[in-house]
Amino acid sequence: MMRATDLTIAEGLSALDKREISAVELTEAFLAGIERLNPRLNAYITVAGESALASARASDARRAKGEAGPLEGIPLGIKDLFATEGLRTTAASRILGEFVPPYESTVSAQLKRDGAVFLGKLNLDEFAMGSSNLTSAFGGVENPWSRANDPEKRLVPGGSSGGSAAAVAARLAMGATATDTGGSIRQPAAFCGIAGIKPTYGRCSRWGIVAFASSLDQAGPVARSVEDCAILLRSMAGHDPKDSTSANLPVPDFAAACGRSVKGLRIGVPAEYTLPGLAPEIEALWQQGLDWLKQQGAEIVPISLPHTKYALPTYYVVAPAEASSNLARYDGVRYGLRVTERDSDLRDLYERTRAAGFGAEVRRRIMIGTYVLSAGYYDAYYLKAQKVRALIARDFTQAWEKVDAIVTPATPSAAFPMDEKQDDPVTMYLNDVFTVTANLAGLPGLAVPAGLDGQGLPLGLQVIGRPFDEETVFAVGAALERAANFTAKPQVMA
Amino acid sequence: MSYTIQGETGEWEVVCGLEIHAQVLSKSKLFSGAATAFGADPNSQVSFVDAGFPGMLPVINEECIAQAVRTGLGLNAKINLWSRFDRKNYFYADLPQGYQISQYAHPIVGEGVVEITLGDGSVKRIGITRLHLEQDAGKSQHDQHPAKSFIDLNRSGVALMEIVSEPDIRSPEEAGAYLAKIRQITRYLGTCDGNMDEGSMRADVNVSVRRPGEEFRTRCEVKNVNSVRFVMQAVEAEARRQIEIWESGGTVEQETRLFDTARGVTRSMRSKEDAHDYRYFPDPDLPPLVFTQDWVDQLKATLPELPDARRARYIALGLSPYDAHVLTIERETATYFEAVLGPEGGTRRDAKTVANWLTGDVFGHLNKRGLAIEESPVGPAALAELLDLMADKTINGKIAKDVLEIMFEEGKGAAAIVDERGLRQVVDTGAIEAAVDAVLANNAGQVAQYRGGKAGLFGFFVGQTMKAMGGKGNPALVNEVLKAKLGEPGG
Repeated sequence: MMRATDLTIAEGLSALDKREISAVELTEAFLAGIERLNPRLNAYITVAGESALASARASDARRAKGEAGPLEGIPLGIKDLFATEGLRTTAASRILGEFVPPYESTVSAQLKRDGAVFLGKLNLDEFAMGSSNLTSAFGGVENPWSRANDPEKRLVPGGSSGGSAAAVAARLAMGATATDTGGSIRQPAAFCGIAGIKPTYGRCSRWGIVAFASSLDQAGPVARSVEDCAILLRSMAGHDPKDSTSANLPVPDFAAACGRSVKGLRIGVPAEYTLPGLAPEIEALWQQGLDWLKQQGAEIVPISLPHTKYALPTYYVVAPAEASSNLARYDGVRYGLRVTERDSDLRDLYERTRAAGFGAEVRRRIMIGTYVLSAGYYDAYYLKAQKVRALIARDFTQAWEKVDAIVTPATPSAAFPMDEKQDDPVTMYLNDVFTVTANLAGLPGLAVPAGLDGQGLPLGLQVIGRPFDEETVFAVGAALERAANFTAKPQVMA
Repeated sequence: MSYTIQGETGEWEVVCGLEIHAQVLSKSKLFSGAATAFGADPNSQVSFVDAGFPGMLPVINEECIAQAVRTGLGLNAKINLWSRFDRKNYFYADLPQGYQISQYAHPIVGEGVVEITLGDGSVKRIGITRLHLEQDAGKSQHDQHPAKSFIDLNRSGVALMEIVSEPDIRSPEEAGAYLAKIRQITRYLGTCDGNMDEGSMRADVNVSVRRPGEEFRTRCEVKNVNSVRFVMQAVEAEARRQIEIWESGGTVEQETRLFDTARGVTRSMRSKEDAHDYRYFPDPDLPPLVFTQDWVDQLKATLPELPDARRARYIALGLSPYDAHVLTIERETATYFEAVLGPEGGTRRDAKTVANWLTGDVFGHLNKRGLAIEESPVGPAALAELLDLMADKTINGKIAKDVLEIMFEEGKGAAAIVDERGLRQVVDTGAIEAAVDAVLANNAGQVAQYRGGKAGLFGFFVGQTMKAMGGKGNPALVNEVLKAKLGEPGG
């Protein structure tokens, strides 16, 4: 039998079902890997070994009684942006201090309901703001992949769900929860050679997830196969009356959709995604992906999404604006960090607490967001951005008249070094250039590992679909995955 | 006659508009399931949403929306089928989210109008600009500890309606009448309890002054005034302050002020320069609030009768405008009145008699005991029983007053008291004749004077006869018998 930590979720469920392995054994195998590799990779902020084993024992008992849930005994990591009852939740920020939520996020509660075992809380960019995981107050995460010609150079796993992607790639979890506001699931999944889907806005409840930008945030899974993502998403998704933006729609059998043929599907290729200076190997991979789909019977259709070039600037107005308001609650008054001096008044308490509690990138975005909402600037920035956002969404609506899905590169580059000079935040923001449009338009977007660059680093393709048509996205993603037959493994692995 | 203030340099007109904050009567808060009862232990009615915990999200409470729509209908206002919640961002220790969810750009209720009745009987229309829903903040307590401030979040997230008037108000009296009218309407509708001393209703008063016929001048806002009387005082005090500034050659600066109730003056709270930049933007956690005209129509169909309609109906029943006004000020009084009156098509008592007894004797007894009408030990059914005994001549009016007093003191029914104490009116003409004969025999001198032309003595004989009968004589019969036996005065 293959090593337990190499099993996909689908394989794990089958092995558990056939009693080839127990949830406790599976959990122990992952905990051992975490113990060995987490000191290096720093993917987990909090490892919950004891409670994971207790959950695993309870899971085995349920399975023995014939009460196995759809994810019974599957060890997962939880991005540390999801509130977990009784387990410290940090958002990778100092400002939450030792905050232990007295409640469980809807998404993680549904995973628990279905039998999943939580190994611990995964590292991320502070408040999910970043594309490198370097803004975490708990230190950066190392990508388990490295360059063939420079194996000592430590690379970023991407972000903000860098811990989730690195842990899954390094076999420190079978799958993980993640969130995506501008690309935070798809970019790290691509950097780490795994799959990840940001579902349609409203598909998963945001209740209990620390908010970054409410109109863009969406939870989704990362896992080592498209099918695993589909299995996890089915448990994570569903209407939640506690989230007014959650969609009241039935949750389809996403895994079944992975087996659908792409024959006859019309695949859109947006002209505007061919950026000047795009690396030739990424362009080649994109073409390769389209060829694979064509070979499986899909029709390739050139389309235009004319407002694409405004997506990043629009995102960097809307997201910070919402963040500046969402993060106002971290004020040192009720929970989390509080920094005062003997004679501090309220204003001084706010200033000291927030100065000490927020890192540079979070402070920058709060300032940008405060600025664009200010009297006299609101119309020029926020209102204008909302109008452009509507145009970007309209581009897609028009595209759906011609195509069933859109395929693009997931990222403009492969993973970059952790120590690369980051003196220009805008360069970092460019990481999201292919992913951010799906957030602005609220569409599902899936990243699939599709090949390696010249240095042996993974590259991903992205599939974008119609609102609430994750099934087609999964079908196209699985078709790409089959064709790519991506079997390369990272250098660091449990 | 329009109201003006005589300054040293001439007459000034007062221009005023009110923003009334009315707490929505509902079991739970605007965006969370937490309870809203007044007077609970600090921080005992707080959900994680109200305390601004990470990842918590607001969900609109439909009952609060219905209450706002009912109020809008009561204000004869346009109901907006599409409205939206915005965030008003500012930092304060009792504002857990760091923003208040409010309706800035698109309120649920648009323009409307209410009529106020003034002391001289004249009626004036005051325009309503809008009504919007918003969350209340918590309460900071700075006087509980020498070095600490305490925060009570029970009010955090409670639904408020902000009702904004046009600057149509021209005197302290109108300001007071307008606030009283809004309070009356919301209490009738059951959308706000109007308890101003518990903070369920409070007003921000915008005041400016101008020479008659002039354009508007700069206004100041007097925040958080919490009674009709204080509103009237605040308008006058603020108007006089501004007149003094203009007349001494100064300029009124736009600012926010507070009314010092002890000294009867307003004082500065913050100037325009210190005003917050609230950075309003649509709350991304809440989709726009959309409902159908059908739903509004259903609410409209179930609205209780409003005070203006009820007053008109009472006047049509034959009541004076004054009585109709007094009976409709409080919904509870009108409810009591109608219960005594009896149902249309059923046993209907005389409206004027019911009104007289209610506003006279019953109010008198209640005032003496410091009770509200809904706390009256003599309920509508008991009063009706008493009035019926009078109507069927079982007792006369004077005895009825005595019986009512006993009813208030002992809580017994009118018929029981009348039977127990033998207060039944005497209608037996034989008994009355005997009593009259005795009175005339004992007062031969007065009889002679009466017959000699002193007609005013008739009342004396009535009084003596009633006294002899223990007050129980039927007044009409007593009069009749006396007239027959005495003959015409001077005859």
